[in-house]
Amino acid sequence: MSGCNHCAGLTRSRLLHRAAAEAGRGLPAIEHGMPLPAGTGLTRRSFLAQGLGAALAVYGGSKLGFAALEDGIALAAGGPAQPVLVSVFLEGGADALSVLSPQGDPLYRKLRPKLALSGGAVFAEDDRLRWHPAANGIAQLYGEKKVTVMPAVGYTNADQSHFTSRHYWEVGATSANLRTGWLGRYLDRVGSMDNPLQGLSLDSTLAPALATAKVPVASIDGPDEYDFWSNRVWGEVETRMLAAIGALGTTHGDPALAAVANVTAQVDRLRNQLLPFHGQDDKPAYTSPVQYPSANESFPRRLAGLAAMLAAGLPLRVVALTAPGEYDTHSDQPGELSEGLQLTADSLLAFQRDLEARGIADRVLIHVWSEFGRRAGENGSNGTDHGAGGIGFLIGARAKGTMIGEFPGLKTGLDDDGNVKATSDFRGVYAALLEQWLGTDAGAVIPDAAAFGRPALVR
Amino acid sequence: VPPVAAHKGGFGAAQAERLLWRAGFGPRRGEAEALARLGLDGAVRALTNPGRENLVGTAPKDEKGRPLAPYDAWGHDHVWWLDRMVRTSRPLVERMALVWHDWFATSNSGVGSQRLMLNQNQLFREHGLGAFKELLLAVTKDPAMLLWLNGSDNAKWAPNENYAREMMELFTLGAGRGYTELDVREQARALTGFRNDWKQGQGNVNFRYDPQRHDTGAKTIFKQRGRFTWQDSVRLSVSHPNHPSFFVRKLWSYFVPVPPDAATQRSLERLYVSSGHTVKPVVTAILTHPALYDGPRLVKPPVVYTAGLLRRLGRPIDTTSWSWIGSMAGQQLFYPPNVAGWDDSRWLDTATWRGRWWTAQNVLRPYALDPGKAVQPYDAAKLLEGALEFWRQPKLTESTRAALQGFARAALADAAGAPWKRKQYAVMVQNALRQLIAVSPELQTA
Repeated sequence: MSGCNHCAGLTRSRLLHRAAAEAGRGLPAIEHGMPLPAGTGLTRRSFLAQGLGAALAVYGGSKLGFAALEDGIALAAGGPAQPVLVSVFLEGGADALSVLSPQGDPLYRKLRPKLALSGGAVFAEDDRLRWHPAANGIAQLYGEKKVTVMPAVGYTNADQSHFTSRHYWEVGATSANLRTGWLGRYLDRVGSMDNPLQGLSLDSTLAPALATAKVPVASIDGPDEYDFWSNRVWGEVETRMLAAIGALGTTHGDPALAAVANVTAQVDRLRNQLLPFHGQDDKPAYTSPVQYPSANESFPRRLAGLAAMLAAGLPLRVVALTAPGEYDTHSDQPGELSEGLQLTADSLLAFQRDLEARGIADRVLIHVWSEFGRRAGENGSNGTDHGAGGIGFLIGARAKGTMIGEFPGLKTGLDDDGNVKATSDFRGVYAALLEQWLGTDAGAVIPDAAAFGRPALVR
Repeated sequence: VPPVAAHKGGFGAAQAERLLWRAGFGPRRGEAEALARLGLDGAVRALTNPGRENLVGTAPKDEKGRPLAPYDAWGHDHVWWLDRMVRTSRPLVERMALVWHDWFATSNSGVGSQRLMLNQNQLFREHGLGAFKELLLAVTKDPAMLLWLNGSDNAKWAPNENYAREMMELFTLGAGRGYTELDVREQARALTGFRNDWKQGQGNVNFRYDPQRHDTGAKTIFKQRGRFTWQDSVRLSVSHPNHPSFFVRKLWSYFVPVPPDAATQRSLERLYVSSGHTVKPVVTAILTHPALYDGPRLVKPPVVYTAGLLRRLGRPIDTTSWSWIGSMAGQQLFYPPNVAGWDDSRWLDTATWRGRWWTAQNVLRPYALDPGKAVQPYDAAKLLEGALEFWRQPKLTESTRAALQGFARAALADAAGAPWKRKQYAVMVQNALRQLIAVSPELQTA
C-alpha cells in the first residue's frame, strides 16, 4: 500500500483559445519551422471528413442540425495550427533518485541500502546516472534527442506537503492564495469565450493548472465518451431534450445556481463540439496508426484519443493528464514505482510515435512533472518520505534535448533535511515554455517572472 | 465574546427543507413540514439528539435481488452506506460520518479491505458528535488509517512521517499553521509503536501497539520537551492554539458555502474550547446560524444529490450501479481522491455534471413511461405540471421553467402533423422533463 495516493482525480478543463493569428504572434522562431496545420480551411474540413468519415457522416447526418455543431467544426477547421502543450503529472512525488539513479555516486548505496538499483542504461549527459528500466520508453526518445531532462527541478525551501507543493506547481508560484492555474492564466490571455476545448483535462475532473478566471475549459475522459441519453426518449424528442441542456445553463443571481448553470452551458458546448467523435457501437470513431500499450488502461487510451483529436484539427492548446501509478512511495517502493512508471513511459513513447506517424509531432511538447522528489535516505518501510528536488522531462520533436540543471550529487547536493537540492526552478521552466513554446509574455502569466532564468527548451 | 448569532426569521417548510439538505440528505415526503412544526430549536435538537437508529423502508438488494455483501463485493460498500443515507432515522449522524470520512479521508485504494473501511466508518458514526480528541485518538489507532498513512510502518528504528504530517496539516492545524519540519519528525517519533501482521489469505491482521517499537526517548514538539507517546501527540495537536480556528473554519465549510464572519468565527471558537473541544455544540450553533438560512445555496455533494433523489421518490436500493455512477459524478464512497478528501468547492465540471445526468437517468429508470402504452396530455403546460408533481413540486426559477416549457412546446410541435406521433411524443416529453428537472441547477443545489 502506498501512503497517500493523492489526488488521482483532478482534472477539468475550461479555457479557451483564440485563433491562430494570436497564437503565432510573438513566436517567430517557432512559427518559422512550424509545419502546416493538418489541413486548413476546406482542406482540414475534408481531412476531418476523410479521417473520421463514417462517424462524421452518420452523426452529422442525424444531428448536425445544431448551429453550435456547425460552429464547432468551423472553429476546428478554421485557424492555423497552434503549438500544443501536454502536461503530464506524476502525482505523489516521484523519486528522481530511482527514475535516474545515481549509481555512480559513492553515497547512493549508503543512503539506499535496500532500495538502491543496479544496472540500467547510462544517462548520456552524466554517467553517474542510470535510467530506471521501467522508463526505457523515455530513455529511447532521449537517445533520439527528443527529451530534455531536469534531474533536480523544484524550488528553494521546498514545501513537503503534497498539496502545498503541487499547488505551487499548478499556479506557477510559491503562493498559497492564487486561484488560477498557470496554464489557465495563459488561456485567459490568449483564449476565446466560446471554445472550452482550448484547455482540456483528459480526466474525470479539472486539472487545477488549467483553472481560469475568464474563459471556459473542459474535462472529458476521452473524445469518444461524451454521450447523454435518458429512459424511453428517442429520435426528435431526444434531440430536443439534449438541446435543452443549453437552455438550463442560463444566468442566476444565487452563486451556487450560477455555478451549476455555468457548467451546464459548458457541457452543452462541449457535447456539440464532440459529436463528430462519437463512434458507433461503443467503438471509438478514430483509428490509431500505432499500437498503444494495454488498451484497457485509461492513460494510453486518452493519449490515443488526444492524438486523433489533434490530427483532426480540434482547437486544443493546453491539455492536462495525470499519469498512471502510485508515486507517493512511503512503502513497497520498488514494485509500486515500476508499475506506474512503465505504463507511463510506454504510453508516452507510443503517443510520440503516433504524432510522428500523423505528421504533427512538431506541434506538440509534453511536460512531465511531479510536486517534489523524495528524501535521499530511504525510510524503514522499504520506501522513501517526501523530499525536495525532483525529476522532470520535456518530450517532443522540438525539445532541445539538453539537460536543464544538473544532478547535484549526494555529498554536497542535499539540504539540511537530507533532500536533493533543486538545480533548476520550475518557474523558470514555465517562463521559458510560455516564451519559447507558447509565444506569450511570461511576465503576464508567472508572478515575478523576471526573477527566474530561462533555460533553452526548444530548437 | 458574544454568543453565536441565531436565525430569527421564520422557520417554515422551506427553511426546514434547507436544514434537511445541509444536515442530512433532503426530505422524504412530508418530512420538511413535520420538522417545521418543531420550530428551529426543536428541529435542530431533533437532528442532534436522534435516539436509536431506525432504518425505514425496504432493505437494500443488488440487481438480482440478493442482499448486499458490503465487506466483500466491489461497489457494495458504497451502496451499503448510500442505503443508510436513504433510510436512516438519524440523518445528521450519517451526514457527520460523511464529514469525517472527508476530513480523515482514507481510501480503500490504499487499505485494500472493505471490512477495515467499514469498521472505520462505524467509528465516525459513534464519535461523530462527541469530543474531537476522542475521535482523533480513535482515528489514529484505526487499522484502516494505520495502513493508509503508514502508521503501522512507523517504528523507532525506521520512522515514517506520513501520518504525523497529515495529522497536523489536514486533521488539526492546517498547512503552515504553527508547526515546523522538526515538529513533523518529532511527532513521527512520538507516534511510533503501532504494528500489524500480514497473513497469506487474510491480508493485514492483528493490529496492535507494541511498546518495543516505540521510541521512548525525549522529543521536542511545539517547543515542549518530553517523552511523548502517541496519545500525547494527539493531545498536543488538539490543544495547539491554532487548532480551534482550523476546526471551526473547516467544520463550518461543510454546512455553509461562504466562510463565517470574524465575529461568528470567534464565537464558535470560544464555544468549541469552552465545551472541551466537543463537536455537537458547534454543529448545533452552525445549524442554527442565520447564514445557513439567509445565505446562498450550496452545491449538493454527489452522494447527497443521489440519496436525495431516491428519498424524494421513496425508491429503495435495488442496484449496485450507484457505486460506479457515484465515481462518474466525482464521489465514490471509501475512495476519496486523496488524504485531503474531496474538494467541496469544485464538485462540478463537464465530466462530473455528466455523472449527475447519469445519476438522474438511473434514478428515473423504473419510473419511465412506455411511449407505446402510456397516455399523457398533448399540452406543454400540463406535461410540465405533471413532471413537477412527480418530483413533489420543487421550486424552480422562471428561467428554468421557461427552458422546460420551451423544450416541451418545440418537441410537441414536431409531432403536430402525425396523430401517432402526438401520442408517443407526449409520453417521451414527460420522461424527458423529469430528467431535465432532475439535472436543473435548482435540484443540484439546496
